[in-house]
Amino acid sequence: MPFEQIKFYQTGTFTVGNRLLDISDRAVQSDTKRSNALNSGHRACRGCGEALGARYAVDAAMRAANKNLIAVNATGCLEVFSTPYPETSWQVAWMHSLFGNASAVAAGVAAAMKAKGRKEVRVIAQGGDGGTADIGMGCLSGMFERNDDVLYICYDNEAYMNTGVQRSGTTPAAARTATTPSVGPEPGNTFGQGKSLPLIAMAHHIPYVATASVANLHDLEYKVEKATVIHGARYIHVHVPCPLGWGSEPHDTIKVARAAVESGLFPLFEAEFGDVTAHTPIRRPQPVEDYLKLQKRFAHLFRPVRDEIRLAAIQSIADRNIQRFGLLEEVTR
Amino acid sequence: MEKPFAITLDVGSSLANHTGSWRTERPVYVDRLPPCNHACPAGENIQGWLYYAESGDYLRAWKSLVENNPLPAIMGRVCYHPCETGCNRAQLDQPVNIHAVERFLGDEAIRRGWQFTPGTPTGKRVLVVGSGPSGLSAAYQLARFGHQVIIYEAGPAAGGMMRFGIPKYRLPREVLDAEIARITDMGVSIHLNTHVDDLARVMQEEKFDAVFLAVGAHVAKRAYIPAGDAAKILDALAVLRSVEAGEPPLLGRRVLVYGGGNTALDVARTAKRLGATETLIVYRRNREKMPAHDSEVQEALEEGIQFKWLSTIKKATDTTFTVEKMRLDEKGFPQPTGEFETIEGDSLVLALGQDVDLSFLERVDGLEIVDGVVKVSARMMTGHAGVFAGGDMVPAERTVTVAVGHGKKAARNIDAYLRSDVYNGPTKHELAAFDKLNTWYYSDAPLTVQPLLDAARRESTFDEVVKGLDENNALFEARRCLSCGNCFECDNCYGVCPDNAVLKLGAGKRFEFNYDYCKGCGMCAAECPCGAIEMVPETI
Amino acid sequence: MFKQIEGSRAVAETVALCRPQVICAYPITPQTHIVEALGEMVKSGELAGCEFVNVESEFGALSVAIGASAAGARSYTATASQGLLFMAEAVYNASGLGLPIVMTIGNRAIGAPINIWNDHSDSMSMRDAGWIQLFAETNQEAADLHIQAFRLAEELSCPVMVCMDGFILTHAYDRIDLATQEQVDGWLPPYEPQQVLDPADPVSIGAMVGPDAFAEVRYLAHHKQLRALERIPVLSREFFKTFGRNSGGLLRTYHTDGAETVVVALGSVNGTIQEAVDELRADGVSIGSISICSYRPFPLADVQAALADAKRVVVLEKSLAVGLGGMLATDVQMAIQSRQRRVYTVIAGLGGRAITKVSLMDLFRQARRDALESVTFLDLNWDAITRQLARETAVRRSGPIAENILKDLGELSSRIA
Repeated sequence: MPFEQIKFYQTGTFTVGNRLLDISDRAVQSDTKRSNALNSGHRACRGCGEALGARYAVDAAMRAANKNLIAVNATGCLEVFSTPYPETSWQVAWMHSLFGNASAVAAGVAAAMKAKGRKEVRVIAQGGDGGTADIGMGCLSGMFERNDDVLYICYDNEAYMNTGVQRSGTTPAAARTATTPSVGPEPGNTFGQGKSLPLIAMAHHIPYVATASVANLHDLEYKVEKATVIHGARYIHVHVPCPLGWGSEPHDTIKVARAAVESGLFPLFEAEFGDVTAHTPIRRPQPVEDYLKLQKRFAHLFRPVRDEIRLAAIQSIADRNIQRFGLLEEVTR
Repeated sequence: MEKPFAITLDVGSSLANHTGSWRTERPVYVDRLPPCNHACPAGENIQGWLYYAESGDYLRAWKSLVENNPLPAIMGRVCYHPCETGCNRAQLDQPVNIHAVERFLGDEAIRRGWQFTPGTPTGKRVLVVGSGPSGLSAAYQLARFGHQVIIYEAGPAAGGMMRFGIPKYRLPREVLDAEIARITDMGVSIHLNTHVDDLARVMQEEKFDAVFLAVGAHVAKRAYIPAGDAAKILDALAVLRSVEAGEPPLLGRRVLVYGGGNTALDVARTAKRLGATETLIVYRRNREKMPAHDSEVQEALEEGIQFKWLSTIKKATDTTFTVEKMRLDEKGFPQPTGEFETIEGDSLVLALGQDVDLSFLERVDGLEIVDGVVKVSARMMTGHAGVFAGGDMVPAERTVTVAVGHGKKAARNIDAYLRSDVYNGPTKHELAAFDKLNTWYYSDAPLTVQPLLDAARRESTFDEVVKGLDENNALFEARRCLSCGNCFECDNCYGVCPDNAVLKLGAGKRFEFNYDYCKGCGMCAAECPCGAIEMVPETI
Repeated sequence: MFKQIEGSRAVAETVALCRPQVICAYPITPQTHIVEALGEMVKSGELAGCEFVNVESEFGALSVAIGASAAGARSYTATASQGLLFMAEAVYNASGLGLPIVMTIGNRAIGAPINIWNDHSDSMSMRDAGWIQLFAETNQEAADLHIQAFRLAEELSCPVMVCMDGFILTHAYDRIDLATQEQVDGWLPPYEPQQVLDPADPVSIGAMVGPDAFAEVRYLAHHKQLRALERIPVLSREFFKTFGRNSGGLLRTYHTDGAETVVVALGSVNGTIQEAVDELRADGVSIGSISICSYRPFPLADVQAALADAKRVVVLEKSLAVGLGGMLATDVQMAIQSRQRRVYTVIAGLGGRAITKVSLMDLFRQARRDALESVTFLDLNWDAITRQLARETAVRRSGPIAENILKDLGELSSRIA
């Protein structure tokens, strides 16, 4: 997001709200009239990053769309914990698609809106990393290629959490999952080439691609609101910690997400038509270890002995991101 | 819409699922005691008045401040700000420049003519002996309670050490006069040149309902220094008084000041301004052990004051002084080395500490005097019922702020005494320690330094050395406050709850947890910047 | 209005008259001409108010239709064979949610081995998914059924497959009486959804239903099909009133009164069957036939009534329940289970093999003599079969079956007797 001059805001734009800030400068989340698109009573785990990320994103989209919003949701944690008959916690027009076709169903909704001349209605598709990167890749690529008028938001908790923490295409190197257990000579997930959904989206040259994190609310809201009013295919990739799957403390969810961003492992950037156009600089650089140590899924890198080689390899992933996206460079107007 | 059974659900149906039943611990909002409040000897609610200053509501901020201290313009200039020493922000970047904001508020009040309001008259009469900070503070608080206050001041003007001990360049007299005037405007009467010789007689004859003693410590301590007849030796207090009276003494070109306290520095810097080309402070220990405040030492050094550490003065003539070198033993006490040195000097000013003149209390029974000061209870009462005391004349650290605190505490106890009641202060909350904060959320904002008078003018005039902050800077400083331990409505808890289980009650009304849905994940507590949320175990 | 027109084109023009709002297309033989024609009409502006979406797979196609339908738009797509299987998850999803999508199936065999010609294995694979399945006997009926399909689907909130034999119907040129826009507008009202994604009135569609309510939801789907049994004949009669043509309905009988032998079949083969019946009847044989149009819901009562007097039933189907026998036959048997009589299952025309009148007449004569096996494969090359089986017993790695048989046959994929 664009650089903000430090005005004397006490907490600037780091907290959700600020009584000293002009209301229009405060986050959507600070407003008592926020949509609460995902309301109380859902069955997400304590400290669920995805529940938080979904409310953040959809509330922001609702504001930008003036409440003219339809959401399509793939099968996964978000869908399951939010709509177990007879209870739904969604307060927006919402539909559960199937596992791999949220983008296609959303494209259908968008086509219907276009056919009916309802230009003001904005359509979002939501899915987890499994439903987007793996089983959903075909439909997603088709939606991008056609430039359908859909904003696809992927909540990446880096595994198939709802079915019991199995590895997905976005599971990071060395992470323990149920299908990449931390046993044997190479515990945890293998070091592959990784699958970067944002880069794949950029390769389709769609109008807008961005990454976001629950640790930086203002940045996330800015990107969602910006994306919501653009027409054409858009993609936002949100990093959401899963205390259960990652083995982190429920109260640490924001802290873990922040560590991912500040270490460079999860870079925050925006891209338009295939080119990176902006990045959110790291505020207080951290070594990747500070992030890894918070999660039991990486415990085998530290005990019984430190795995220096793999730790260094992970650090180099972060370093590469920092270099590639210029994450330590200041943003100037 | 006619919905198919079970497949399609109405909005809001999840509210039937009270996920609060999942909890093993619950968040509660707490108020903790900020370290600034905790440290302030005057008991100011510093965080409280900073809160109002932050939004530019200076009147309300000033009103909050003067609940506890009627002299903010003075305090912002002369207080040694233990609040800043304790300020949690120091562990982040630098402490909040509290005293500068306090000074700004005080100056603003003077500029705008804000006044105090006395209480409804109670008919009680209270005598205050001494119009220094302690006496003025007590008088102010008593007047707010509605009691009639009469101050007997021995000197020709009110203010005590503020006028006769602290030089003009630290505390301009217009400021002092204005803040005293505001108190007398309440109906407090100050009788100048009224020295109380015999308190017992005054009490008997004038039938006051209670007495507060705040005479301070104005008797200079002496040391035995063999000196020739022509040797010029004066005491610091006398020098400062003469300067105040407009009749500065002739100290010559080379002035020695003997002593290591704030008075030594004050008189040295005064000597410089009176024309001394060289001012040398002689002190028997070193800078580290010097009781004077380091900020004052720093200012003195900037003005060219010189220091001779680890030295005692053994002998004086009219042009020279013999000095013995000292060394510190393992306990930190200075020990003679037997090495001597001769320094040239035109005058020697002794600043070896002050004693209390207790003579006027001789006939008052029940008083307990220890180490030259009058002992008082936790309620600031002496051994004689109805006679209270505070400031430099009771056992305590000797600063203006401590004195103000004594005056306030004594006034509250006097008021209770006058109603045949007992004063119990409010219970204190747990301290808001730094580890309870989540400092990520505070903007990077370094301290604003107050501008200083340039060197040339500092040496030749008595103009105020340290300037105040302008409004922009004062606002900026106030907003650096972390609001340790007390909610300042940043909306973090409201935003960060994945279960939407925090209710926002409106501006100024803070928040409430919706325990029907709170799962006890603890994210609110973890992300509260100021540590105002605590997780407590659920009772099952 | 009469036009000499390819079957696919007739369907396309008729679908266009139904004012669809979203059409999605993924190419697969033999339905491509339908969607190509529709695409052209959208692009040229002839079909206005419609979005044509070129999707990336059949799964994408039905998904787009699902989204569009849930958002309140009249949606249409077409597929066949492998494509229908690729969208299988979505097929169940559409009927489960009750979305009135109309989909044309250009009936084609399912591989392996890959085969692009006509049989009914594709529709059969989805027969129990909860969609209504209507089979067209002729190109005229294929066109007309689409108009009825939209109305039926939207009335019941249930998706409808219109099945027409690939190549035989889709690629055949025929003289079709096409409806007019006024006729269709007067007969097919605008889509009023039972449930819809509307920001002004938000609901959550597609909840997770557990053991406590799932059975009830499924019963309601079952009940919907039972209601369809009542509505289909009514709509067919109403269609006749406006358009003047007989099409649709549950089934049509041909000389079944008093017929000893009755042949039952789906789709275009009924034309050939009727010709055979005519010739045999001219020879004095007591024989009739039934063309079932509504395969799902299966008209148990009507079939039972139509077969009331028959001594034997020959079910001729272009589908195979591997290892068991017939699929249509099984349903027919269920219809007449209370009456004990012989039902002969004849598997014919798999993978597009032509069903000739000569073969049929021969078959029916055998049936009349009760000389048929319970399950017969019409016109099968038993030599090739015997040789392949011998190969397999001789050698473990006997090679791919299809390739071996083709070599035997000298690369002919159909044999015309």
